Amino acid sequence: MLYDPKAIDAVKGEKESWKQEELKATLDKRSERLPRFSTISDKEIPRLVTPDDLGDSEYTKKLGMPGRYPFTRGVQTTMYRGRLWTMRQFAGFGTPEDTNQRYRYLLDQGQTGLSVAFHYPTLMGYDSDHPRSLGEVGKCGVAVDSLRDMEVLFDRIPLDQVTTSMTTNGPAGVLLAMYIVVAEKQGVSADKIGGTIQNDILKEYIAQKSWIFPPRPSMRIITDILAYCTEHVPRWNTISISGYHIREAGSTAAQELAFTIADGIGYVQAGVEAGLDVDAFAPRLSFFFNAHSDFFEEIAKYRAARRMWSRIMKERFKAKQDTSLKLRYHTQTAGCSLTAQQPTNNVVRTALQALSAVLGGTQSLHTNSLDETMALPTEESVTVALRTQQIIADETGVANTIDPLAGSYFVEWLTDQLEEEALQYIQKIDDLGGIVRAIELGYPQNEIGDAAYRYQCQMEKAEKIIVGVNRYRMDDEIPIPLLKIDEEVERLQVQNLAEVKRKRDAKQVQAQLKKVKEAAHDGGNLMACFVDAVREYCTLGEIIGVLRGVFGEHKDPGML
Amino acid sequence: MDEERKIRVLIAKPGLDGHDRGAKVVARSLRDAGMEVIYTGLHQTPEMIVATAIQEGVDAVGMSIMSGAHNVLMPAVVDGLLAKGAEDIVVFGGGIIPDDDMESLKKKGIKGLFTPGTSTETIISWVRENVKPS
Repeated sequence: MLYDPKAIDAVKGEKESWKQEELKATLDKRSERLPRFSTISDKEIPRLVTPDDLGDSEYTKKLGMPGRYPFTRGVQTTMYRGRLWTMRQFAGFGTPEDTNQRYRYLLDQGQTGLSVAFHYPTLMGYDSDHPRSLGEVGKCGVAVDSLRDMEVLFDRIPLDQVTTSMTTNGPAGVLLAMYIVVAEKQGVSADKIGGTIQNDILKEYIAQKSWIFPPRPSMRIITDILAYCTEHVPRWNTISISGYHIREAGSTAAQELAFTIADGIGYVQAGVEAGLDVDAFAPRLSFFFNAHSDFFEEIAKYRAARRMWSRIMKERFKAKQDTSLKLRYHTQTAGCSLTAQQPTNNVVRTALQALSAVLGGTQSLHTNSLDETMALPTEESVTVALRTQQIIADETGVANTIDPLAGSYFVEWLTDQLEEEALQYIQKIDDLGGIVRAIELGYPQNEIGDAAYRYQCQMEKAEKIIVGVNRYRMDDEIPIPLLKIDEEVERLQVQNLAEVKRKRDAKQVQAQLKKVKEAAHDGGNLMACFVDAVREYCTLGEIIGVLRGVFGEHKDPGML
Repeated sequence: MDEERKIRVLIAKPGLDGHDRGAKVVARSLRDAGMEVIYTGLHQTPEMIVATAIQEGVDAVGMSIMSGAHNVLMPAVVDGLLAKGAEDIVVFGGGIIPDDDMESLKKKGIKGLFTPGTSTETIISWVRENVKPS
C-alpha cells in the first residue's frame, strides 16, 4: 500500500533511524563528492527521496492512466506499444534540389517524417536576391523564395503519405500556403495533408529572435492561420509551442517549461478572444521541447508539462474535448550541449538525451548529429543520429511498456517540483498582465539572460562539467569532415528566382499582392490571400514586404 | 592626470541570425572585467556596425555569427572601418567558424577568432593584450 498513512509513518521512522545510524557513520568517515548536488539548471537535488516526501500523492489525481486526464503517463492509450514516435530529422541546406536529395535519402534510411530547416533569409522574409541575404543563402538551411522552390523541395515525395514539420514563424502562413499548393498540384487536397508549422512568434521575442513584425500584428496573423486551418487544413498542427529555443538561449528546465506553457496560454487566449471555440482549435496545438543533458530533470519536465497543460485547458479555458487537453510534443536533443572538442562524444550525449525524451513520452524526435556544433550535418553524421533513435526503439526495450519511470520516488518528486516552480513563473506572468505584456517588459528575456550567464560562470569555475571542455581535455584532436555550402548556391538560387519572375503573370502578381495589402488593412483572413498569392508565384519576400509596409518591423531592444 | 581610460568595446551581431546567447555572455563578462561595453542588438548590417563603432568611439568591435555568413560579413566590417579611416579599431569575432575559414579571415583583418568552448577569461585576456584605449 503505497499511500497508506501507517506505511508512510513506518517509512519516516526507518528513514530517521537510517539517518542517525548508517548515514551519520558514513558521513563522519567520508564526506560526499560535492558539498551540494544540483541539476544542470542548478536545482538542488536531495540525497534520497522516499514515499513520505511525495506529499499529496493521490495516484488517480496526479498520474492516472495513459491517454486519460491528467495525461502524466502519456497522451496515447498504448503509447509506443501502439506506434513508435516519429523519427523526424530537421534538415535543409543549399538549394531546394540539394535538400530534396537529403530528404529522399533520410526516408530511404527509415526516417518516418520530414522537417524543413529554411535558410535565414526565408525565416526573416527576404528573397535570396535581397541585399540583406548576402552571404546567407543556403547556409543555415534551404533557400525557398517561391512556389517553384517548394515544388522542387517535395519532388517525388508523396504528401499524402508523409507528414512535414516546417520551422518558420514570421512567414509561417506563406510557407504553409506554398505547401498546400504543392500538395494540390500532386492531387492531394488540403484536408488530407498533415504536419506542423512552428508559427510560435512569442518565443521568437523571448529566445530564437527570428521575428519580422511587432508582437500584436504577429498575433493577428496567427489567429488568421488558426481560423483558416480549422476550416480547410484540419490535420495541420497550427502552432508548435516551443521551449526548445528558450532552453538553447540558456534558460533553466523550469523556465523552459514555464515560458512555453505561458506562450500556450497566450495563444489560446488570443484564439478565444478572436471568437474561436476553444475545442475547435486547441486540439491542433502541439509543443516542442529540448532534451538537455540532465537526464531525470528532462523526464520530469515532460511529465509535468502534460499534467500542467491538461489542467490549464480544463480549468482555465473550460475545454471539454479530451483532444484539447493533450499536450503532444516533438523533442530535439540539445544543440547547445554539443562540443566542438572531441566531437565523437556528441554521439553519446545525443543518445542519452534522446533516451530521456523517449522515457518522457515524446511523440516525435530529432537527434542532433555529432558535427552540428560546427556545420550542418554530413550524410554520414546524420545517419548515425537517425540510427541512434532506431537503436533506442528496436534494441533497448524501453518502448515495450508505458511510462516506465512512473512511481520512481525521485522522478515523481522532481515532476512535482518542476510543476510547482513553473506555476510560480506563470503566476508572475499573469500578474504582469499576460505573456505579451511580459515580453514587452523584457521579463522572460532577462530571466533567461541571467540564467545563461550564471551557467557560464559555473562552467568556468568547473562547478558544472563538460567533458572535453573543462575536464578530460586533449591537445591533439583529429578534425572531422564537415559539410561545406558552396558559394555557387547563392548565384544559382538568385538565377532561378529571376527565371520565376520572368515566367509568371505580372498582372496577376500585382493583383494578388494588392489583395494581401487590403486584407492586412481591413482585417480579412490573410491566410486565404497567401494561398492565392503563392499560386501565382508571388515570392515570399514580396508578400512579407507588403506586410512590413502595413505592420512595421520589430527591432531588437539590445538588452544585456 | 586623468586615470587611464577604460577599453571601449562594441559587441555586434551582424546578419540575420538570432543566436545572441554567446554575444550577450561575452558582453557581460567584458563589462564585469571593467570594460565599457556597448551591444548593438541583433540583425545589423556591416554599415550599421561601422557607423555605431565610429559614433561611439570604440577601441574594438567584437562580432558574433552563427549562420555561416562570416566570410562575407566580417571582412565587410573591416573594409567599412578602413573606408572611414577608422582602421585603428581592432576587430575580433566568434561563433561557428570552421578551421578552414580561420586563416583567410585573419588575413582579411579579423585579429582574433574565438570558437565554441572558449572561456570568457581567454577572451578578456586577449582583449586586454590586443586593445589599448586610445
